[in-house]
Amino acid sequence: MRIQNTLRIALRAIQRNKIRSALTMLGVIIGVASVIAMIALGSGARASIDQQIQAQGTNVIFVSSGSFGRPGGGAVRGGAGSVTTLTLDDAKAISEVRGVTRMSPMVRGRAQVIAGDQNWNTSVEGGNEDYLAIRNWALASGANFTPRDVLVAEKVCLLGDTVVRNLFPDQDPVGQVIRVKNLPFRVLGVLVPKGQGQFGQDQDDLIIAPYTTIQKKLLGITYIQQVYLSADNSDDVERVAVDITRLMRQRHRITNPEEDDFTVRTVEEMAATRVQMANTMTGLLMSVASVSLLVGGIGIMNIMLVSVTERTREIGLRMAVGARTRDILRQFLAEAVSLSVVGGVAGIALGVLVSQGMTWKLGWPTMITSTSILVAFAFAGAVGVFFGYYPARKAANLDPIEALRYE
Amino acid sequence: MSTAPVSGEPLIRVVDLRKSYVLGDVTVHALRGVDMEIGAGSFVAIVGASGSGKSTFMNILGLLDRPSGGRYFLEGQDVSGFDRDRRAILRNRKIGFVFQNFNLLPRTSALENVELPLLYDGHARSGEDRHRKALGLLQAVGLGERAHHTPNQLSGGQQQRVAIARALVNDPEILLADEPTGNLDSRTSVEIMEILQRLNREKRITIILITHEHDIAEYGQRVVAFRDGRVVSDRAVESRRDAAAELAALPALQEEAAV
Ligand SMILES: Nc1ncnc2c1ncn2[C@@H]1O[C@H](COP(=O)(O)OP(=O)(O)O)[C@@H](O)[C@H]1O
Ligand SMILES: [Mg+2]
Repeated sequence: MRIQNTLRIALRAIQRNKIRSALTMLGVIIGVASVIAMIALGSGARASIDQQIQAQGTNVIFVSSGSFGRPGGGAVRGGAGSVTTLTLDDAKAISEVRGVTRMSPMVRGRAQVIAGDQNWNTSVEGGNEDYLAIRNWALASGANFTPRDVLVAEKVCLLGDTVVRNLFPDQDPVGQVIRVKNLPFRVLGVLVPKGQGQFGQDQDDLIIAPYTTIQKKLLGITYIQQVYLSADNSDDVERVAVDITRLMRQRHRITNPEEDDFTVRTVEEMAATRVQMANTMTGLLMSVASVSLLVGGIGIMNIMLVSVTERTREIGLRMAVGARTRDILRQFLAEAVSLSVVGGVAGIALGVLVSQGMTWKLGWPTMITSTSILVAFAFAGAVGVFFGYYPARKAANLDPIEALRYE
Repeated sequence: MSTAPVSGEPLIRVVDLRKSYVLGDVTVHALRGVDMEIGAGSFVAIVGASGSGKSTFMNILGLLDRPSGGRYFLEGQDVSGFDRDRRAILRNRKIGFVFQNFNLLPRTSALENVELPLLYDGHARSGEDRHRKALGLLQAVGLGERAHHTPNQLSGGQQQRVAIARALVNDPEILLADEPTGNLDSRTSVEIMEILQRLNREKRITIILITHEHDIAEYGQRVVAFRDGRVVSDRAVESRRDAAAELAALPALQEEAAV
């Protein structure tokens, strides 16, 4: 039998039982919609991580004190940041490594900040005059602090957007004085907003000041916690990171890498970790979504079995007038696949809507790709073939006489 | 895979045809060795009590079922061993069925019911061609204006005429009718017999008519009687009934009665 006729008969059978067909499709619709939405979430997360790397610069390297626990590592080391062995001399030596263009030492703390009658608890980051350039961060107004400010540990600072909104709701903060742990700091500039980070954290909730000031006036320390670097060429980042590691081991007299008291990471490595996390999450959600698609398929199989039983006499009659095994097989397969494909198309539409809803209402980044639509469509079709085959086979193998006599 | 007629062979020849059904410990012998020849263009009525094996015999002749023993030659070719699909192709090309309960597809127009066999004959033809062919046959059985009615909008006699049109749509050589008038009143039965006799006379279609009513059997040329799975008599009809003549007479009779 010709394919158009097969399809026509299948579509008519579906139309004949509109409500039943719609309910059957619902399983596939929900399954496909969730697959689409989950892929959209995953792609959205990856895209936003990519975007952040672009924003931050792909050529940034961090050296932190302490080492992240490595599996199998025998010695118990402090976590990154909790060790006091990273020094300014280390930072200076690192900045001499070939390929390093900018370097900023980095310390960090939290403090209560007060301006007039407003007060706010925020993160205080200390760097040098290159810190903003390394982080690819521009000023919305005012000016960066100078090398001299760093040298003499001047009490000056730059405010993140969130801090501005909380301390200076309706006033230009540049030139004003704020109190950080009761010390007066002059506001030199305001940073452009960066928005939410990958985990929803507010990247604009901070003030930045010379690291020397933070070390001496706020934390009372002489060591540093991190070194931020940029390499002149993003292709060179890996090599620079390796050179820095070698240099640091030399300076700290470390022979066994498991005893490292520092960690060298590139932005790309960090992004890779986050992409991996995003992928794991997406994978998990996808498997839940696939289960609903599977349930949808079982629904189709169930209805097709009912349909075969109901139409036993019709099958017998078609056989009597010359339908062959494959004609009946195709007819019922076409019906199952039509159910799943129509459900799949509706599911894709619903999935796109749900993804956009998540972006609008929850602010989660989502991205619909043509691949995800094709994959979902193919999946829906495959579900129809897979779950439709058994009922179709059953119909095609009926005995013509018994089918004709069926009551 | 056409079955070239072998010269001297009748259209249908069965030799020692047997069919038994095994139901648990019991074996039911529906056919216990039937020998018969049916020539092309004949009109054979098969009679017998209920359970005598008539339908079983017809299902084997119609290639819906396979014999448990014996041989079936169709146009000289032994078709007893044909597999499902080869039998389906032969049914489609050579055989038309008319059943007691009409067996039309519900909620499907008369026209589409008649077109059904055309979907399976392997010819690529347009929907328009199919419609034209089916409509021609509906007109031939007097249902041209009912082409778009569904079975539940048609009387029993009209449904059976749709079924006959369907059986004819692939120009079969043989028309098998299993108690076609079993569910119809006597006048409608005569109308159906008129169509069968006309097809047999004008188109030379071989007709095998199963009935348990002896007066209906008299519309055939030859009556074969079955009992317990065997042929017990096989005779030519001496004074054959003519359905067309009877129909012509009927309204007149009714008018007389009304006066
Ligand atoms: N599928 C079947 N299974 C078991 N017995 C059957 C089956 N079909 C027919 N029979 C038996 O075969 C015999 C002949 O049946 P059938 O050919 O239908 O008779 P008829 O058409 O003359 O009334 C009956 O005894 C019937 O019960
Ligand atoms: Mg019978």
